[in-house]
Amino acid sequence: MITAPFEYARPGSVDETQSLLNKYGSDAKVIAGGQSLIPLMRLRLSQPTALIDIQGIPGLNEVRRDNGSVEIGALVRHVDIQRNAMLRESLPILVEMSNDVGDNQVRNLGTIGGVIAHGDAAGDYNAAALMLDAEIITNKRRHQARDFYRDIFTTALEHDEVVTAVRFPVSTGRFAYTKFRRRLYDWAIAGVAVQETGSSWRVGYVNLATTPRRGSAVEAALAGGASAADAAAQSGSDIDPTSDVRATAEYKRHLTQVLTVRTLQKATMAA
Amino acid sequence: MAVTTMIGARIQRREDPKLITGHGNFIDDVNLVNMAHMSVVRSPHAHARIRSIDISAALASKGVVAVLTAADFKAVIGGPLPVTNAFVPDKRQVPEQFPIAADEVAYAGEPVAVVVAEDRYLADDAAQLVMVDYEPLPAVMDIEKAMEPGSPLVKSDRSDNIGWDAAFPGGDIDAAFAEADVVLKQRIGQQRVFPTAMETRGCVADYIPYDNRCTLWTSTQVPHFIRLFVGGALGVPESQFRVVSHDVGGGFGAKLRPYPEEYLATAASKLTERPVKWIEDRTESLQATTQGRGQIFDVEVAAKRDGTLLGLKFTQLLDIGAYHGVFSAFQVVACLLGGGCYTWKAINARSIGVFTNRMSTDPYRGAGRPEATHLVERIVDLVALELGMDPAEVRRKNFITSFPHTNNFGLVYDSGEYAKSLDRAMANIDYPALRKRQEELRAKGRYTGIGFSTYVEICGLGPSSATAPAAGIALVESSMVRVHPAGSVTVSVGTHAHGQGHETTFAQIVADTLGVPYDSVEIRHGDTGDTPFGYGTYGSRSLAVGGMAIMASCHKVVEKAKKLAAHAFEASEEDIVVDQGRYSVRGNPGEAKALAELAFASYGAGLPEGMEHGLEAVSYFDPPNFVWPFGCHICAVEVDPETGAVSIDRYVAVDDCGNVINPMVVDGQLHGGIAQGISQALFEEVQYDDETGQMLTGTMLDYLIPTMAEMPHFELDRTVTPSPTNELGVKGIGEAGTIASSIAVINAITDALTPFGIKHVEMPARPDRLWSMIKEARA
Repeated sequence: MITAPFEYARPGSVDETQSLLNKYGSDAKVIAGGQSLIPLMRLRLSQPTALIDIQGIPGLNEVRRDNGSVEIGALVRHVDIQRNAMLRESLPILVEMSNDVGDNQVRNLGTIGGVIAHGDAAGDYNAAALMLDAEIITNKRRHQARDFYRDIFTTALEHDEVVTAVRFPVSTGRFAYTKFRRRLYDWAIAGVAVQETGSSWRVGYVNLATTPRRGSAVEAALAGGASAADAAAQSGSDIDPTSDVRATAEYKRHLTQVLTVRTLQKATMAA
Repeated sequence: MAVTTMIGARIQRREDPKLITGHGNFIDDVNLVNMAHMSVVRSPHAHARIRSIDISAALASKGVVAVLTAADFKAVIGGPLPVTNAFVPDKRQVPEQFPIAADEVAYAGEPVAVVVAEDRYLADDAAQLVMVDYEPLPAVMDIEKAMEPGSPLVKSDRSDNIGWDAAFPGGDIDAAFAEADVVLKQRIGQQRVFPTAMETRGCVADYIPYDNRCTLWTSTQVPHFIRLFVGGALGVPESQFRVVSHDVGGGFGAKLRPYPEEYLATAASKLTERPVKWIEDRTESLQATTQGRGQIFDVEVAAKRDGTLLGLKFTQLLDIGAYHGVFSAFQVVACLLGGGCYTWKAINARSIGVFTNRMSTDPYRGAGRPEATHLVERIVDLVALELGMDPAEVRRKNFITSFPHTNNFGLVYDSGEYAKSLDRAMANIDYPALRKRQEELRAKGRYTGIGFSTYVEICGLGPSSATAPAAGIALVESSMVRVHPAGSVTVSVGTHAHGQGHETTFAQIVADTLGVPYDSVEIRHGDTGDTPFGYGTYGSRSLAVGGMAIMASCHKVVEKAKKLAAHAFEASEEDIVVDQGRYSVRGNPGEAKALAELAFASYGAGLPEGMEHGLEAVSYFDPPNFVWPFGCHICAVEVDPETGAVSIDRYVAVDDCGNVINPMVVDGQLHGGIAQGISQALFEEVQYDDETGQMLTGTMLDYLIPTMAEMPHFELDRTVTPSPTNELGVKGIGEAGTIASSIAVINAITDALTPFGIKHVEMPARPDRLWSMIKEARA
């Protein structure tokens, strides 16, 4: 439970971060809250040669709303999202998700930029970014969320690229998020997010494939006037779960259908 | 006649201010000058031959003091780990386990090398550089396949994979079954679980070469036992080997044996001439601390149509792991208690211990009694379901009602009132209303269930007459009570609390028995340097055995104090009256002396003719029998048939542990115990890959220890049936919650699923498994 040796740098700007990443090469890792990276390092499953700690960079912890979008800085922590009144108005589904991330310690330290850069299918915000067509802003370019998540823990980020912000469309329609867990602080066995956008529904799936997934087939069925149950029956083509120590793949497929119906019901009943 | 004031008082634990403000003294708080740090290199394979170990890169690594392997340790460790195997009367195979593997490893996590370095970071870095060349061998993981002739062997030193095969005949089983109207069979599992103490294991060894003297700080339930074996193996006499265990952050049975690392750290200290610290990290703990349960029971029951229980046959298949745990064979006690709190014409049990390529199993909170309760309470429910009877009625009909009761195996239950606790629990949960609501909800497609667990357990280990067959062991307990000249009292005991609150409850007993202020009594334990020999704390024994040893010493002190008072008052000893620590002459209570005054006199001049100075006593207590706590737990659940999720709506417990010293401590023990049983029923499960023997639940991310959020409110109540076995009338409560609770939950879940035709549910009742069962039942 002790990390392998590594070098540590604390840059004061994004430019400095990029030059440090270039200096240390592809075995260096950017660290913010460390809530995913440090556990992996303690198990020596990840052994970066250097940690570039971006927590001292000014300006990355702001939340702004303009022109129908909200931009959330990479260093904004889960607890900041939980407590942000503007987000509660403009992007309530993200606030709902933030309430259910890990425990207090994780929420006090973990950042949205970390969740996005880690690309974990179990990271709740990744499904939100995908389903809401968010934009991931880095020091080098802007990624569309739909092109960002490539494979298990693999994103479109290059080794000298660092996430600086995430830009979501303001989403004030009806919404709900269901995170099915056996234990309060766990990742989702299955997570289902729904958001009404204009006259259509967006659906996102958490931890049901190697990457976050959008419920495209379910969305299409709903758009075509299907009932919640009939639409949920389409979820099988949107996900690709595997069996693990928590549950079998077959169960997760079934659970996804059940939760999709319930989450849609929750969203429509709450309105 | 003394008026009891402290015994039975609900006072806060004196341990807690220190512990909850972070001022405890745990093993990682021990830091010595010049101390080095040990990291253990462990086998990644469940079974492999070691072709070679290359330590050169590790030796060259920064800050390394030594890299040691089996050959180095063989020079200083004089023998294998102990095994108390004699609980099992029949076929035995007791292979030796040296603390570190030499040429063959038999479980993932077995030590193969040790690195000692200037700090733990450097030790871990160097450990990564120890190059071990393994030849993987087949891993034997399935208990039943391991028993087959021709199975690959767990280790090449075995003749087969059977550790024991013992029969426990308890009456004429054929005659009992011949009377039966119904005979039912069921397989019942007990998954492996981690004991998961909040404080992992750890030790600091300080060997002083020139004196052949050693101090070992270690996180343990049994300091004297550790001294006996580790000191013995290292060739340090007990007089020069001191084991110190300060605060211990939980044990649950997994800290009641000497472990390889205690030998290795002590030997490493001897070899390097440095104090050596080893702290088990959580990953190591999951691999290398003994695990609990790991059993399969095949059960057959015979009953009459009216619900009368007749006969019970069962076989316990117990997954020993690669080596015997020191006390693994104790878990066969499940056979002797498989009849629970019911009368049976006959019980016939058999226990087969099977080696597999896993870490050893050893006692874990309840150790055999949760398994016994689980199987008999499950079986009684199956009988009730088969006969269309209320599960409470089948229980009531078959309860043992007169005491002392000799069970089918000759064990004598001391006292009990089983129907009373059942009635109380049913009243507390309002059973008729709950059944009515269940019916109403079922009509609406909701599935609730009610589960009973009426349990009896054996504790207070143990009378020497019963334990003597185990290598002549007498599980007695000890105390030394010393009244100092100004009247404060030091009590040193051989038991060693690891969360039980002994410093509080023992002081309550002493305060009353000596008639001195509670605050003037200090309880010392955990340091072999200033406590008399004792067997430690486990098996809910510390009060019923250790508490009685304290009583015995207090009585001796009082006897001497009476003599001192008689001398002071120039009266005859028979005329001395003792009232709450005040000694006076009968008829003259106004002129009295407190114990403190008599203590002062005992160290001064002018003692009675022939009396020795001082006021102290040492006692050892050998209990005449075990003690038998009992009770009834009722759990109410709802199962979501679409997701298989279980929610616990109510949890009512009525426990009887005899007289109570401190109700708050008893409640605390029950909270923790019930939580652990619920946890086994719903969450915990050590999983290994069946092919490779790799642990799949190797971190706390994948091994589910529930949080407070998953626990129901515990509705606790008590009946009090004093034990006739000891003067205090006490039993034990450390394990009762765990013994009772897993089956209350499982019976409730099964009851909820009865409309689907489901009769039995295994642990843990994972949502995906329940959903599969419901789906199959619906198909």
